[in-house]
Parts: sequence; C-alpha cells; structure tokens
Amino acid sequence: MKNKYSIFSLIKNAFSYHENWEKAWKDPAPKKEYEAVIIGGGGHGLATAYYLAKKHNMKNIAVVEKGWIGGGNTGRNTTIIRSNYLWDASAGLYDHALKIWESLSQELNYNVMFSQRGVMNLAHNLQDVRDLKRRTHANRLNGIDAVYLNTEEVKKFCPIINTSPKIRYPVLGGTLQRRAGTARHDAVAWGYARGADEMGVDIIQNCEVKGIKRIGDCVEGIETTKGFIKTKKIGVVAAGHSSVIANMVGLKLPLESKPLQALVSEPVKPIIDTVVMSNAVHAYVSQSDKGELVIGAGTDDYVSYSQKGSHDIVEGTLNAILELYPIFSRMRMLRQWGGIVDICPDASPIISKTSIKGLYFNCGWGTGGFKATPGSGDLFAHTIANDEPHKLNAAFNINRFVSGDLVDEHGAAAVAH
Amino acid sequence: MFLINCPFCGEREQSEFKAGGEAHIVRPKQPTELSDDEWAEYLFMRKNIKGVQFERWNHIHGCRKWFNMVRDTSNDQIKAVYKMGEKPPVK
Repeated sequence: MKNKYSIFSLIKNAFSYHENWEKAWKDPAPKKEYEAVIIGGGGHGLATAYYLAKKHNMKNIAVVEKGWIGGGNTGRNTTIIRSNYLWDASAGLYDHALKIWESLSQELNYNVMFSQRGVMNLAHNLQDVRDLKRRTHANRLNGIDAVYLNTEEVKKFCPIINTSPKIRYPVLGGTLQRRAGTARHDAVAWGYARGADEMGVDIIQNCEVKGIKRIGDCVEGIETTKGFIKTKKIGVVAAGHSSVIANMVGLKLPLESKPLQALVSEPVKPIIDTVVMSNAVHAYVSQSDKGELVIGAGTDDYVSYSQKGSHDIVEGTLNAILELYPIFSRMRMLRQWGGIVDICPDASPIISKTSIKGLYFNCGWGTGGFKATPGSGDLFAHTIANDEPHKLNAAFNINRFVSGDLVDEHGAAAVAH
Repeated sequence: MFLINCPFCGEREQSEFKAGGEAHIVRPKQPTELSDDEWAEYLFMRKNIKGVQFERWNHIHGCRKWFNMVRDTSNDQIKAVYKMGEKPPVK
C-alpha cells in the first residue's frame, strides 16, 4: 500500500527536505508471461492498465513503453478537455471521459489539476454560426452543457478578444461549454502510473516492441528490446506509431500519421482565464498555471514521424492569434514542439478488436485525444477484458470503414481535426 | 519544413505543395464488382510507413501538376522525385 498524498505527508516530508518520498512507481524487469500487455505508456495506455486492474481484476499485466511514460503525445498536447461533439456516438464517448475527469484527482489521490475554466469556440463566418448553433442544440439533446453566445457575450466572457467587425475574420459569435477546461498532462500519466503500479501492474520503460508473435490467428507474445514476453492479450495504444505496430502483423489501419505543433510563450501574469478555440483560423489559446500562453497550431498535411512541424503552420496560427488578441503582439514565444498524431479518415478514434484474436487497437485519436484519456482507458479496458466493446465504444470499431457507418466528426466537431 | 525539387519547376519550399498521400494505389478497374472489404482497402487502408514511403504531391502554388516522391518519413529526407506515369526508382 502506497502512502497517501495529503497535506500531512507534505509537511512530514518537508522535515527531511523532500528527499525521502516513496517512489511513485517501480522500475521492474519484465516477467516471462502476463495476462495482458499494453503497448504504449502514454495517458491512454496507463489508464487502460489502471482500469484493467481496478475494474476487471486483471493484475498480472504490464505496460511497455519505448521511451519514458508520458513522453509522447501525452506530454505534447495543449491539455484541452471538452465534450461538445456533434454526433451522439462522440458525445457519449467524450462526455463519459469528462465525467471521470470531474472526480479523477480524488480517485487517483493525485492532483491532475483539472480546471473547469470553460472552453469557448468562436464563429467567424455565417456557416460557422449555423454549425455552432446546430451543435449547441445537439449537445443539449445529449445532456451536454452548451450555450451559444453572441459577439457582445463573447467579449464579456473574454474581454481581450478583438471583436471589431473590421478584422479579417470577425467574431460573429461562439459557443461555451462551462464544464470543459484543462488539466495537467504529465500528472494524468503519473497519477495513472502510480495507481496501476499500486495494484501490481508492471510499468516497463525503455522497452521497445520489435515484433508480435502469433500462431495462426491468435497472438502469442511480443518481442521487445528487453526480450520475449508471452501474453494472450495485447492492447496497442501507440498513437502516431500505431501503424508501425500494425505493420508487424501485416494489418493495415485507416490511419495517417502527421506532425501537430504547439508552442508556449514566456510566462506572464493572468490574462486569459478560459480556453478559446477558433476553428476557421486554426488558433487555440489558454494560459497555464505557470503563466505561459499555450497555443495550438494545425497539422502538416504530409505523413511524417519526425516530431517537428513546418514553420509556415506556426506562422499562420500566430497571425490569427495576433489578429484576435492584439494585446499579445509583443509576447515572445519560449518553446515550440511537435507530436505525431494518427488521424482517421472520419477524424474519430478506433477502440476495437481486430481480425487477430487477442489483438486490440486503441488509436486514431488524431489531434484530440488528451481530453478522452480516462474514458478511453476505461472503455478499452472493458473491450480487452470482455473481448467485446462497451456500448459507448461499439460505434468506434475498425469495421466501420468496411460498413461505411463512419462517425464523421471532420469539421462537424467544435474544431477541425 | 523542407525543400522539394518539383520535376517541372525546380527547387521550391514545401509550403507551395500539397501532399496527396500514398502513391501507386491502383484505381479499381471494375468498381461495380468490388466487395465492401475491397472498397475499404482501396479508400481507407494505408501503409502509413515509418521510413521510406512512395507518395503523390501536387505543386498547388506553382505549376499545379501532380508528381511522385520517395521520402523517408522518419526524417523527412527526400530520396527521389519522378513524374506521374514514370516507373518508381528501385529502393
């Protein structure tokens, strides 16, 4: 049993200069065999392991991670959490995640700094206005909080936005989901890792998967840089590298991996207390607790695993940011980075069984996976444990690309994917 | 961010181009005879290779012509550029 984090443990450890904190997770060598192995130690993978152990009593499991946990897209996103999706299937999936977020810090005994500061989506042309109004109604029918704001109400909610009708893409209105917000991305990975480790899950870092062994149509185990690990169930949560794993077993996925960029500014005093996203001009901004502006840009349109994006993409985003927020004109940008996102043709994820028995994929989250982390882990754990999808992820099976029953959130969601 | 040697215009910035995805996916000769699985394979399934990949590109802000490219997607290095209809260079 791990020591509980509390104000008392903080005071107690202060006396020993914080040098005697118990390790949050162990660093075990892989065992010869596990009941299930999760490939990928990001937020989704660690959450999957956590819920497999907690809700499905599968304790003899491992998470294998090529680098360090939370070092991929979990540590590279802009931490936006919302559930205002248009279609019923997506609304169910993302709101399931949002509901878990609301009590996640208490459940994990780990402060994930979930902050329901609201997410506002701006409309810049008449079609945006129509789409956002339609989405607001769809959200409310699904029990998701959403309101439509006119230009004055947008200005009132976030006074630093330039609502002049003279700018290139004037603000004609917007939607607001007050339950939406942000969380600390690293803490989500660390919290789930600590929780999973406590229940006996082995978290194996610096362990790259080199091959998948199978006999007939069943998986037998994985070849890794730390040797062969026998298992009958493999859950792949490898984000941008999902196709690399799929290619090992000759499986093709409907994915393309592309760089997505984000950047942060120098830290300043609190200036924006919400998240503002702008689909038409592809600019998203919020402010971290450290005071940095966190800015999301768009994807490059070519396949790349290089984890760096093009300069012109960042330039386009910053042009839009400066038009909407002239107050930021003399801010300096501190860091810029790229992550590799796996995008489905319908911009919706895949949480599914495959044609190979014991092989499951959780991928295709594209540019918007962070918000779904707890729900994705919960539903993927259910799918792996029962060999059947939960009703909330049944629509997100891999077979939809054959049946044509796509969950087309491209452009229909609050933001372009 | 890289330079592309357009076979018609010469070396230009990548931002002048549009990526057209995986190359050499053959359009079905008899679309009416295709099963749902074959349609899914043709329309949606991609190799999405980490490493040397064959791709189509279009010089949309230049000559607007399509051409093929061999590129290493792990570091964005271009190995070869060749015109539509030409045989791909051997790896």
